[in-house]
Amino acid sequence: MNFTPEQAAKVAALARLRLPEDKLVRLAVQMDDILAYVDTLAACDTTEVEPLYGPVEHHTPLRMDVAVKTCQREDILAQAPESDGRFFIVPKIVSG
Amino acid sequence: MSGIISLSLVELRAKLAAKEISVSQAVSACLERIEATEPKVDALLSLQAEASLDRAEAMDASGPDPDKPLWGVPIVVKDAICTKGVTTTCASKILENFRPFYDATCVERLKNAGAIILGKANLDEFAMGSSTENSAFKPTHNPWDLTKVPGGSSGGSGATVAASQCFAALGTDTGGSIRLPASFCGITGIKPTYGRVSRYGLVAYGSSLDQIGPMARTPADCAAMLQVMAGHDPKDSTSAPRSVSDFVAETASRRDLKGLRLGMPAEYWGEGLTPEVDRCCRAAMDTATSLGATLVPVTLPHTKYAIATYYVVATAEASSNLARFDGVRYGYRHQDSSDLRELYELSRTEGFGEEVQRRIVLGTYVLSAGYYDAYYRKAAQVRRLIRQDFLDAFEHCDVIVGPTSPFTAFGLGEKTGDPLQMYLADIFTISLNLSGLPGLSVPVGLGGDTGLPVGLQMFGRAWDEGTILGAANALSGALPGLGEPKGLLE
Repeated sequence: MNFTPEQAAKVAALARLRLPEDKLVRLAVQMDDILAYVDTLAACDTTEVEPLYGPVEHHTPLRMDVAVKTCQREDILAQAPESDGRFFIVPKIVSG
Repeated sequence: MSGIISLSLVELRAKLAAKEISVSQAVSACLERIEATEPKVDALLSLQAEASLDRAEAMDASGPDPDKPLWGVPIVVKDAICTKGVTTTCASKILENFRPFYDATCVERLKNAGAIILGKANLDEFAMGSSTENSAFKPTHNPWDLTKVPGGSSGGSGATVAASQCFAALGTDTGGSIRLPASFCGITGIKPTYGRVSRYGLVAYGSSLDQIGPMARTPADCAAMLQVMAGHDPKDSTSAPRSVSDFVAETASRRDLKGLRLGMPAEYWGEGLTPEVDRCCRAAMDTATSLGATLVPVTLPHTKYAIATYYVVATAEASSNLARFDGVRYGYRHQDSSDLRELYELSRTEGFGEEVQRRIVLGTYVLSAGYYDAYYRKAAQVRRLIRQDFLDAFEHCDVIVGPTSPFTAFGLGEKTGDPLQMYLADIFTISLNLSGLPGLSVPVGLGGDTGLPVGLQMFGRAWDEGTILGAANALSGALPGLGEPKGLLE
């Protein structure tokens, strides 16, 4: 396959990354290499094989649906780049 | 090197309990060693010197506590694991100033068992790498040869233990990140069965692959650490609700390998091994035989697909896990963004390093519409076949053995230009994470050509960490020790 810098830019945008042109060119070449290697999987016969998404064998333990206070608001907000003491602050979302 | 820092964790623990050594003496010895060796190895990202000395003093005042199995033992924690009030950076600019307000479950358990956390260890950013060169802050150097990498991603943990700065360290293993640095640095490290140790408080990379595990001087030291860390945690739904056996007793009780069938997979013992690794590991097999083990040929035929499978599964999970770093709730934020999208994009672009960005893009691609079936679903199918290989092999043997890496530690900068070549360093470690089974790396000697440590892996059946720890203990007890790391001798 031929992974282009334009494709790299499109996927980067989906991942909310904004990469400069020179990085996109380099990334496209590396993606091409890596995907060519990954394509070796095509040779593996997986007819009727159930996908294994994780090695967990137990059932997810359930608990009562009860609200529990596990941490304090100020502890959480203390890590925020910007807050007003009650909420996270982000750039304006709604115009007007 | 002599005195306190030359003891194993188990030896130190006994001397602390008998008051032959005070906790303050143990902590001071480590801090002095850190001061002497850290300029050479750069294993640590932060040091809690004063807090550790204060804690030691308080513990000495109250005296040994027989209910605390790690009472007074100084350890180090990989900086991808949350420590309350102590910076947890994941070696990334995006978390440079992040101070968790809670401890990871395993950290909490270690503290409750009396361990003292001296500091946090360097790693490849978000545990993505095999050399610790992807750290946003500094590369770590191998104590055996300062021009070589310590392996990765838990390279700081490997180097700090090998340099005798502490008595054990926590690592994390997503594709070999405990076992590879253990091998390169000449120490023991175990990746427990998936679900054995709670991942609560571990900054997630590949959630279906990540496990926290101990890295230490000996298998018995690892057993002492794992005993405290293991067990169900309601805060992690993937942690297994099952009892924990007595690893310490199982490890100590095995003095030979009688009755054990060691499976040697053809795929791990064939071409591709450097001659020195081949010689060293085969000599260890001779010793195993003399200890009573039976060697059995086994096959893991899907090994050749493991790296491709891993880089689809791990990057897919990483792209999803790392979506949380958006400059809003914690971590780095680009200032003066005009809208929310720009805030996300510029915070992530400026905060993440190149390898992390590469894996996020690869993961986003393999999960995107039109490619999901061809890549992600296909890889998950091959993953089942890889696991089945192990289950089939364990029909014929009790432990699977093979080299941890085809080569000894490589040079700093040697593989950084070619991501695919770096990924291939994990050829022998990655299958285990895909399968969820436990495995360890134990040193079996120094390579005849490079003089650098060679590690041997032992894989076990699910939940059977006791058998591989015991086998590693018996084998390493019968092999000559490695001696002191040569990079720190002058």
